[in-house]
Amino acid sequence: MNTIALFISRAVVQGIPLVYGSTGEIITEKAGHLNLGIPGVMYVGAVSGVIGSFFYEKNNPGALNPFLAIIIPLICSLFGSLVMSLIYAFLTVTLRANQNVTGLALTTFGVGFGNFFGGSLATIYGSGGSLALRRTSIIFKTALPFASKLGNFGTIFFSYSFLAYLAIIIAILAQVFLTKTRAGLNLRAVGESPATADAAGINVTKYKYLAIIIGGMIAGLGGLYFTMDYTSGVWSNGGFGDRGWLAIALVIFAIWNPDIGILGSILFGGLYVIYIFIPGLSRSSQELIMMLPYVVTLIVLVITSMRKKRENQPPASLGLSYFREER
Amino acid sequence: MADKSLSGEKKFHVVKRTGIPVWRAWLIRIIAVFLALIVAGIFVMVVTKLNPIDVYKTMFDGAFGTGRKLWSLAQNTAILLCISLAVTPAFKMKFWNIGAEGQVMAGCIATATVMILLGGKMPTWALMIVMIVSSVLAGVVWGIIPAFFKAYWNTNETLFTLMMNYIAIQLASYLSTVWENPAGSAHIGIINSASKAGWLPTLFGKKYLLNIIIVAVITVALYLYFKFSKHGYEIAVVGESQNTARYVGMNVKKIIIRTMALSGALCGIAGLLIVAGTDHTLSSSSVGGQGFTAVMVSWLAKFNPFTMILTSGLIAALGKGASEIAQEFNLNDSIADIITGIIIFFIIGCEFFINYKIVRSNRVNSKIVKIQPENETAQSNITEGEKA
Repeated sequence: MNTIALFISRAVVQGIPLVYGSTGEIITEKAGHLNLGIPGVMYVGAVSGVIGSFFYEKNNPGALNPFLAIIIPLICSLFGSLVMSLIYAFLTVTLRANQNVTGLALTTFGVGFGNFFGGSLATIYGSGGSLALRRTSIIFKTALPFASKLGNFGTIFFSYSFLAYLAIIIAILAQVFLTKTRAGLNLRAVGESPATADAAGINVTKYKYLAIIIGGMIAGLGGLYFTMDYTSGVWSNGGFGDRGWLAIALVIFAIWNPDIGILGSILFGGLYVIYIFIPGLSRSSQELIMMLPYVVTLIVLVITSMRKKRENQPPASLGLSYFREER
Repeated sequence: MADKSLSGEKKFHVVKRTGIPVWRAWLIRIIAVFLALIVAGIFVMVVTKLNPIDVYKTMFDGAFGTGRKLWSLAQNTAILLCISLAVTPAFKMKFWNIGAEGQVMAGCIATATVMILLGGKMPTWALMIVMIVSSVLAGVVWGIIPAFFKAYWNTNETLFTLMMNYIAIQLASYLSTVWENPAGSAHIGIINSASKAGWLPTLFGKKYLLNIIIVAVITVALYLYFKFSKHGYEIAVVGESQNTARYVGMNVKKIIIRTMALSGALCGIAGLLIVAGTDHTLSSSSVGGQGFTAVMVSWLAKFNPFTMILTSGLIAALGKGASEIAQEFNLNDSIADIITGIIIFFIIGCEFFINYKIVRSNRVNSKIVKIQPENETAQSNITEGEKA
């Protein structure tokens, strides 16, 4: 029982960056924009937070003010992903550039940006050596105080830091927003048929910009969680791995529903760590297990396209630019 | 600009261009690259406090400085060009295949498998034939699966090919642990390092010359295929409008699958060149993101095989140059990705000014015009135009 509780809590920790990433990508895709730059945005979200807290720690050798230690990286991270999403939104919405190419360029740029600063921040501005922000990370990782007193129940539900709960809350809010509110309906209309939405008096450009920017900022928080919480403030180049792409896969797995995305993220997160919990599993079979998320996603994609159920399809105008004067 | 016209200010207005002289289009692109270099230079200066001119000089030396560097640049360009050529047939029919990474990896895996399992067990010529056939087949299989689902069930090909990438990469990681050498390293090491069985031969004492020749042949062949063959014409029609293609009696399903098979086959060859012609090993980073870079290279060249020599050379040179800066100034070589990203942003952005122009709103009515067929956003218009 203890092992299962521990496994679930590890799976959740692994899954949280994916919850952020997939929720952000779902909101973006609902506006008709397939943002393949999400992996890059998450890297920038991570490294911007790292930069913020690096300078805060550097200027405060003594004890850190817990409020500032959290709010500074948080704002830096949000700002970083805001700028990245703005680049993407400007190029694809205003300049109507090809979304795939723009997204891939954004990922190239973002991953490079992350690894460059994460890898050489300490060399350029500091004492040298590798980057470790343990003091900030401890504040980020503060769990609820009563978690340890509740046994397995506490481990499964209360052992996480505030960013983990924030991820779940944001995903649920996104689900409510998309399905229950007028603005969410408008956003989905923009993604399905921008021309129709435009004719109905919806400001297509505004909705697209907002969806891309808010989606990107949510995804960026996933990067922040990963560096501050999961890796305890230690940056390793490329350490974030293919989690950004996995988040894009999750969007399909969740059939564009943020609430299913939460469960999918924890499931995929579990696949990352399951090899620790199955005794006698060799390293090579671990590599095969890591293939599962992608295979499962493919199967979901194929089945949804075969069943042709209308509510399960990708947004109809996904990947297409909208030019009002084109008929 | 467009936003202003939507919100009722109506001072300026965006319209599509009828056409633009080639020299002007290229002038706009060159200005964009130039601006991008200035922005990247400012970025480098702010971050590293180095003189940007020194940085660019170092980059230039790193890419073109010596004969050896130039040769290694040519080799890098050849591989990137090969993958970029491979994705092009699919892109021309607007099949958004971002799975080159996986298709090339499939070719790498097939080549390495043959080298490991059959190396030394058959004569060199037979081994070569088996390697070529299996790498091409592996690429074709990896390319055809998404095409099949696209053709019959309209499954989203961008998402499908993206997933296929990671399946191939995980397969490579798996094989790396199965065939690890030495044990426990999770690396395959140099395959057949003593016997060199399955290594592509060195021509005239020049390493990589064979790679470069093969890619050059593919470049010319693909150009001729697009320009003069019936298949090339069919790809262009399907790309402009599937309905038009169907209306004139083309078998769209067959064309989609056949074209993706071609894309996959070329990717397989790229995999062969990487494993048998260059690295002589296999790892999960054998392709190293070049499958994604190739998408940008192909698009930047407007899908023209000869222009692609230029764009792939540019990207490869940036990579070489940046790793030189990294060594020289003790930075890490991710700066290459940053500069590449900035340059691509600018080139992507400048396409807007090639395809559209901004005019004062009171003159708009006389300026609305039909769209040039090359435009990828113009699909629906062309359908109408051709029917009429």
